[in-house]
Amino acid sequence: MSDQPSPQRPDGASRAAHASARERLSAGARAGVPFALAGALVATSFGVLARRAGLPDLAVMAMSMLVFAGSAQFAALAIISAGGSVGAAIVAAALMNSRFLAMGVALAPSLPGGRLRRAAQGQTVVDASWAMALRADGSFDRHFLFGATASQYVTWTLGTLAGVLLGGVLGDPNRFGVDAIFPAFFLALLMAEARTPQRRAVALLGASIAVSLTPLTPAGVPILAAGAAALLGLRRRSA
Amino acid sequence: MSSAWVLVGGCTAVTAVIKGVGPFALGGRPLPGWLLAIVGLLAPALLAALVATHALADGRHLKVGAVSAGVLAAGLVMWRTGSVAGCVVSAAVITALLRALGWAS
Repeated sequence: MSDQPSPQRPDGASRAAHASARERLSAGARAGVPFALAGALVATSFGVLARRAGLPDLAVMAMSMLVFAGSAQFAALAIISAGGSVGAAIVAAALMNSRFLAMGVALAPSLPGGRLRRAAQGQTVVDASWAMALRADGSFDRHFLFGATASQYVTWTLGTLAGVLLGGVLGDPNRFGVDAIFPAFFLALLMAEARTPQRRAVALLGASIAVSLTPLTPAGVPILAAGAAALLGLRRRSA
Repeated sequence: MSSAWVLVGGCTAVTAVIKGVGPFALGGRPLPGWLLAIVGLLAPALLAALVATHALADGRHLKVGAVSAGVLAAGLVMWRTGSVAGCVVSAAVITALLRALGWAS
């Protein structure tokens, strides 16, 4: 699944630099397992909550298998659940995924082939895999990336399936604290993201904007508006 | 086509474009520095907004409750152990426990 905290770069990535592609795939798959396990829990909650929001089972599975981006899926679901429009949900998903733009740009020089082949390989970028595949020289071990993403894709899909299948049995999943899994997972991501004072300031401003607007604006708007906090990046550049 | 499938199709399309546009178009050429500075900060801004709105609000109403406590516990676990699974599980357990005891909704 695509939204996992950025881990410290494992030794495996650098050790695997001179190994065969198959060995690097395998090393990446093993490195992705801890994130895959956590992702399975989150995916299960997505399956349960998406079903409760009224999405057809097949659409829930398609969402996880095709979008494969937890933050985007939950952001879209949160807006739909709160009565927001499909358009607002898609915009929220796009904004949540916007960090993949920068990741894709960084990854591009490490991908072989023509434009379409590079774009296809770029679909495998998820947070944890991207960070683990990053070498000390700034290049990426693409096979390690593919392997780490594969582990997470499998559990993300199976976790969603479990949520869809168990959704009717579980009744109200909030009895089990399922509704806390989503913000907790993003808190874990946030703590990995907020590594510098500037990023912590942006996070604090984003949270403040969102909370301030929550009682005043339609669903989805507070989260979208919080993106304005990223403009602090311009202020710091010009300072 | 139902709105659910429009949602799935739309999210799939925007995700694919966002992930693919860099490798497709740039081939190693970086984004302008000013744009990269903004894009690089979107993740903490949006993640913080998601955490805050789910931990401190119920729909359009601000609320401190079981989820708030669960997320707080999750933050402590993540801070002390660095375990993503522990973070997620602790949030669910604390939230469920508070509800089961009737101490918070």
